[in-house]
Amino acid sequence: MLSKKQLFTRGMLDISPHMLSVIPFGIICGAIGVELGFNPYLVYAMSFIIFGGASQIVFLQLLSGGASSLVAVASVGIINSRHLLYGAVLSEYLEKLSFIKKLLISYVVVDQGFAESNKFFKKNRSEEYLHYHLIGTGCTLWVCWQIATLSGIILGSFVPEELGLKFAIPLTFIAIVVQDLKKLDHVIVMITCGLSSLLFFDAPFKSYIIISPLIALFVAALLLRLKK
Amino acid sequence: MTLTSIIFAGVLTYFTRMTMIALISRDMLGDKIKAVLEYVPSAVFPAIIFPGIFINDYGAFIEINDPKIYGALVAIVVGYFSKNIIATILAGLISYWFLIFVIFS
Repeated sequence: MLSKKQLFTRGMLDISPHMLSVIPFGIICGAIGVELGFNPYLVYAMSFIIFGGASQIVFLQLLSGGASSLVAVASVGIINSRHLLYGAVLSEYLEKLSFIKKLLISYVVVDQGFAESNKFFKKNRSEEYLHYHLIGTGCTLWVCWQIATLSGIILGSFVPEELGLKFAIPLTFIAIVVQDLKKLDHVIVMITCGLSSLLFFDAPFKSYIIISPLIALFVAALLLRLKK
Repeated sequence: MTLTSIIFAGVLTYFTRMTMIALISRDMLGDKIKAVLEYVPSAVFPAIIFPGIFINDYGAFIEINDPKIYGALVAIVVGYFSKNIIATILAGLISYWFLIFVIFS
């Protein structure tokens, strides 16, 4: 049995390699907000209140392009709706927690944190304080995201644009799923999702980000039926 | 951009995170659904990966010789064999930089 502290530290260690992409992305995100002419305090407030990288950039871009705030808010909701899927997966492991703890832990569920903690949960089902791993990944991401966006807001884009560091984001997610390329069923699901995301990229409110996972999960359900 | 709009967006985002964790109990999800949920990472992350590679900042498709495609391929190969996140990201970035600064410059 690992202690709470050991699990928390393990979570921090498991998520730390992803900071290689999260920190530059946070700096870019903060800098874009100021460059587009928004109030720096409001740009930072997004990191605290919304706490979701891609959705924050879309929110800024839509508003600076003159979109209605209703459209911008709806887009953030749709982009982040993928968390519903993460929650459905995590609920199994967090079941024993009290309602209040569930409410608190939800705030720090982010893509990379979900991915790494879910991998850990699958291998260590019997641990009693499993959720401390998720708190470890989530808090590390949270702290780094706050510092990175703040430094982007204060210092501007001191990361040279020519480096194209936004590219680190797809690379981070490649690192997360790459081992599943060994399994044919997962490869089919991944390709379905990827191609659908390109096909539906222009769908309103950035809804490709939830449409394509739903299509891919439908294909996964079909594959499961075939396997039997 | 107003604080009100940020708060609305934040509350909405928080609900997407909290709903399934706090309001759903295990018994509400059947075994079949749980089996499908095993695929969530493979079904969600390519929707971030593919547009991040194949679509540029202006929402248009990239060319077939775009350095990002090769960077991503290198990252996949290095990631597959090294099983190391840092190596995967660095391999992708360095090969991408090599192409844009040395080969295509």
